[in-house]
Amino acid sequence: MIRTLRDLEVGSKGIIKKVNGGGRLRRRITDMGLVPGVEVEMERYAPMGNPVEVKVRNSHISLRKEEAAEIVLE
Amino acid sequence: MKKDSINVVLAGNPNSGKTTIFNGLTGTHQHVGNYPGVTVERKEGTIKHKGITINIIDLPGTYSLTAYSPDEVIARRVIVEEDPDLIVNVVDASNLERNLYLTAQLMEMEKPMILVANMSDVAERDGFRVDYDLLSQLLGMPVIPMVGTRAQGISELLDAMIDAGLYHKETVDRKIQYAQDVETEIAKLEAVIARAEAALSTETDGSTDRLPFFVGKLPGRWTGIKLLEADTEIMKCLREWPAAPEILEQAKLSRRQVNSLVGEDAEILIVDGRYGFARGANREAVARVGMTKASATERIDKIMLNRILGIPIFIGVMWLLFQMTFTLGLPFMEAIETGFSFMGDWLWQHTQPGLFRSLLVDGIIGGVGGVLVFLPNILFLFLGIAFLEGSGYMARVAFVMDRIMHLVGLHGKSFVPMLVGFGCTIPAIMATRTLENNKDRLITMLVTPLMSCGARLPVYTLLIAAFFPPQVAGNVLFSIYLIGIFLAMIMAKVFRTWLMPGVSEPFVMELPSYRMPTIKALLLHVWERAWLYLRKAGTLILAASVLMWAMFTFPTVDLDGQPFASASLQMEQSIAGRVSKAIEPVISPLGFDWKIGVALISGLAAKEVVVSTMGTLYSIEGDEFFEDGDEETGRGTFSQRIRQNSGLTPLKAYVLMLFVLIYIPCMAAVAVIKRETNGWKWPLFTVGYTIALAWLVSFTVYRAGILMGLA
Repeated sequence: MIRTLRDLEVGSKGIIKKVNGGGRLRRRITDMGLVPGVEVEMERYAPMGNPVEVKVRNSHISLRKEEAAEIVLE
Repeated sequence: MKKDSINVVLAGNPNSGKTTIFNGLTGTHQHVGNYPGVTVERKEGTIKHKGITINIIDLPGTYSLTAYSPDEVIARRVIVEEDPDLIVNVVDASNLERNLYLTAQLMEMEKPMILVANMSDVAERDGFRVDYDLLSQLLGMPVIPMVGTRAQGISELLDAMIDAGLYHKETVDRKIQYAQDVETEIAKLEAVIARAEAALSTETDGSTDRLPFFVGKLPGRWTGIKLLEADTEIMKCLREWPAAPEILEQAKLSRRQVNSLVGEDAEILIVDGRYGFARGANREAVARVGMTKASATERIDKIMLNRILGIPIFIGVMWLLFQMTFTLGLPFMEAIETGFSFMGDWLWQHTQPGLFRSLLVDGIIGGVGGVLVFLPNILFLFLGIAFLEGSGYMARVAFVMDRIMHLVGLHGKSFVPMLVGFGCTIPAIMATRTLENNKDRLITMLVTPLMSCGARLPVYTLLIAAFFPPQVAGNVLFSIYLIGIFLAMIMAKVFRTWLMPGVSEPFVMELPSYRMPTIKALLLHVWERAWLYLRKAGTLILAASVLMWAMFTFPTVDLDGQPFASASLQMEQSIAGRVSKAIEPVISPLGFDWKIGVALISGLAAKEVVVSTMGTLYSIEGDEFFEDGDEETGRGTFSQRIRQNSGLTPLKAYVLMLFVLIYIPCMAAVAVIKRETNGWKWPLFTVGYTIALAWLVSFTVYRAGILMGLA
C-alpha cells in the first residue's frame, strides 16, 4: 500500500519518495523544501484536525490533509 | 561620466526580516504604491550614502520565482525590467537552508548580488555558528551579517552596496549545477536561444518592442531552465517571438527526454538541484554547537497550537484584537465627532446664512469628519495586526481557522477581516491585505460587508424598539447578525464557484518563528496604513460627501422660487427625494415607499444616518406633534412617531433591517475597496451585488411574511 504524508502519525518521521499533484500545488510543496529524499516529521494536527504541521529542513510547514496526501513516502 | 546613483532591489523570503532592513535603510523616505493592474504593493525608498544616491525597491517577499503567484511574477519582472545594478538578498541566518533556495534562483539571473545574513543573533542563540567568510566564498558574493531589528550592520551594508553596485567589486560567477541529464538539455536549449538571438541582431528593423521581456536581458541559461520547468508565463511570452516554434519544440523534447531518462519531471529535478545547492552551502558554512533542543518557537507552539488550548487561546487573541480596535478607538472617535460638530457649530454661528455656509458645515466639515472618524479604528486595528503579523501568530490564525473557513472556500486568514467587519467594514477591508492570494483576498473583501458593522446597529435598535416587544428584541437583533453571517458564507461559496473558479490556492505555508516585533516596525506599519487611507480613500470619501450634500440640498427653493415650508417638504423635492420617487416602483414590492428610499439613499453616507433622515421625514410630517409622548425618554417618543407616521409594520420594519444589513455598506467602504483593488471594477461590483442581494432577500422575506399572515 502507498503510504503518504497524510498517514504519518504525530511524532513520527518519514522520507519523501515522490510528490504527486502536478502544477501549482506540486511546485508549491517542493518550493517549500518538501522534495524527494528529504526527511519530514509530523508535528501536530490543528485543533480542529486539519490542516497539519510538519517539520522539514528545520522549519515548520503547515498544509491541508488533502495536500499531504499528494506526498508519497518511502 | 561618473555615476552618482545606483538602483538596488531587495529580495528575500517572507519572514526573513527584509522589510525591517528596508525600513532601517530608508526610514520614512518611502513611497508605497501598486504595480499596475495587480494588488501587489510596490515599495520604494532612497538613501544617500557617501554622496551616492541609492534607490531601493523592496520586492514582495517570496520563497521562489515561479509563474504561479503574482508576487513571484512581479518580483522577477522587476529584476528584469528595472535592470537593477544590484540585488540584495536578505536571508534568515537561523534558517539558511530554506532561504538559500531563493538565493539560488536569484543567482541564475546573473546580476551583481549581496547576501544579507539577517538575524545573525537569533542564529547564534539557536546554536548555529555561521562561517560568513566561507559562505561568501561558496556563493561568490559578499555576505553581510546583520541584526535588522537593532539596525546592526546597516553601514557595512551601505558600503558593500556601493562597492558591488557601483564598482562591481567581488562578483564571481557561480552556477548551480543540476543533474547531468538536466544540464545536457539546458545546453541544448541555450544553443537554440542563442541562435534565435543572433538572428535577431542581424535583422534590419531592430525593433525590440515585440520581444519577450527577458530576451537579451537575462542569460539564455535562465530562459532554458525556465523552459525546462515548463514556466507558463515564459512560454506565453515566447510565443509572440518569430523564433518561438523552434524553441518551444526543443523545450518539449528536452522535458520529455529528461522524464524518460530519470523518471521524474525536469521541474522537480531543478527544484531538487537548488535545494541540493542550498543544503550543501548550509552544511559547509554552518556548524551546530551544543545539543539539538526544541527551539523557543516549538515550545510556544506546544501551548498556542495545543489541541485543547489552541482554540480558547485563539478566541482570546481575537477578542483582544476586537476590543483594542473598537473599545480603545471609541473615545478617540467620540473626540473627533465632538470636535467636528463643535467646529461646525462655531462656523454656523460665525458665517452668513446661505448655501456657502451649508456647503462648508454640512458638506465639507461633515465630510472631513466622516473621513477622520474611522482613523482611530484603523490605527488600533493595524497596530494589532502588525503585532500579529510581526510576532508570527497570524500564520497560526490561518492554521487554527482554516478547517472552518475552507468549508466555504475561504482561507484561514479570512477570519480576521470578517471578525473586524462586525466593528467597521472599512478597516476590515483594509485587513484583507494579510491574505497573500489575490482570489482569497477578493472574495473575503466582497463578503466582509455582510458582517453587520457598528453603524448599522442604531438602525436596528431604533426599528426594534419601535416595532417589536422588548421580550423578543434580543432575538430579532441576533437573527439579523446571523443572517449576515449566513449570507456571507453562501456568497463566499457562490463567488468561489462561479466568479473565481479553478483550482483553489494551495494552503502550504510556513509557520515562522515567533519574534517580538520592534516598536519602530509596528509604528511604521500603522503610519503607512493610516496615510494610505487618508490620501487615497479619504479624498474619495470627501468628494462623495459633498455629492451627497448636494443631493439633499438642491433645489433650495420650490418652483415659485419660495423657500420650502418644512424640512420634510424640502427633502421630498430634493434630488435625493426625486431619485427616490423615481425608484419607488423598484422598492415598493418590498413594502417600502419613497421616504424609506430617501432614508436608504442617505444611508450611503453612513448607515446610522438612516435613523436621522427618518427622523426628519417622519417627525415633522403633517405637523403632528406628540404632546402626550413620553417627554422624559425622548427615544420612546421617537419610536412612537416612527410607528405612527411611517406606515411600517413589524414585518416591513424587519425587511427594512435586512435591507440595511445587506445593501452597499457605505460610500467610505466602497472608496476603500476602490483603493485596495486599484480600480473601479470591484467596488462597482460590490455595489451591484449587495443591492441585488438586499432586494432579493427582502423581497423573499416580505412575500413569505405576507403569505404566513404576518403583514
